[in-house]
Amino acid sequence: MGLIIGLVLIVVGYFYGSYAEKKHYKSIKQRELVLRSKPLVSGKTSLRKEGVGKSMLVSGSVVISIDRFKQVMAGIRNVFGGEVQAYSSLLDRGRREAMLRMMESAPFGDKFVNLKIETAKISTSAKGGTGTVEVFAYATAITYKS
Amino acid sequence: MILTNIEEVPGQEIIEHYGLVSGSTIRAKHAGRDMMAGIKNIFGGELKGYTELLRESRAEAVDRMMKQATAVGANAIVNVRFATSTVAAGAAEIFAYGTAVKVQAKSTSKELG
Repeated sequence: MGLIIGLVLIVVGYFYGSYAEKKHYKSIKQRELVLRSKPLVSGKTSLRKEGVGKSMLVSGSVVISIDRFKQVMAGIRNVFGGEVQAYSSLLDRGRREAMLRMMESAPFGDKFVNLKIETAKISTSAKGGTGTVEVFAYATAITYKS
Repeated sequence: MILTNIEEVPGQEIIEHYGLVSGSTIRAKHAGRDMMAGIKNIFGGELKGYTELLRESRAEAVDRMMKQATAVGANAIVNVRFATSTVAAGAAEIFAYGTAVKVQAKSTSKELG
């Protein structure tokens, strides 16, 4: 009985998870297109210091989880080694989403410098709760006087 | 209060340093949220409850840091950094730290000098 429930959860996770991932990637790509014109850099040397109107710390974060199917696939991958694609797409989605949220939270920013991204594993249960990560992105938003 | 994560406040100059200020908070999530997260773990996707929880905790840590800075007479904090660590299953510590400084607009200093 437990096995059947487990299998059902994996199948449900596979269908819903891949659907959700596609939808999420579509939304990420659309929003990235809108924000493409704004420079976002991880350095701070390219900073133009004249005519700065306002500078402010901005941040964006997301807690994201992979579905049950991918957790199982990652577990199998653990036996053979190699790239765990299930997790790379999760982290990619999380980072891009966090960066987008950060930029969207500061529409006044003309430039975003010194971007830092922090990733933390979130344990959802005493067992360890694999597959849930928090991504936190922060940077200094700078507005130039026009 | 101006916060930046670079060494300066662009367009302004630092006239005084007050040293390190920090703020932290340890938060645990309640069981209901934990159960919802468990369900979400089957389907994958964003765990909005957690995102919200961590956002609130970070705001709290930053707020405490800013209170400390205000107490010493600073009007800006530069080089702000964040650190997150899981203390126990279900509890996380959020730590924010930076350097408290006093800044003033560059143009006024030029006029004075």
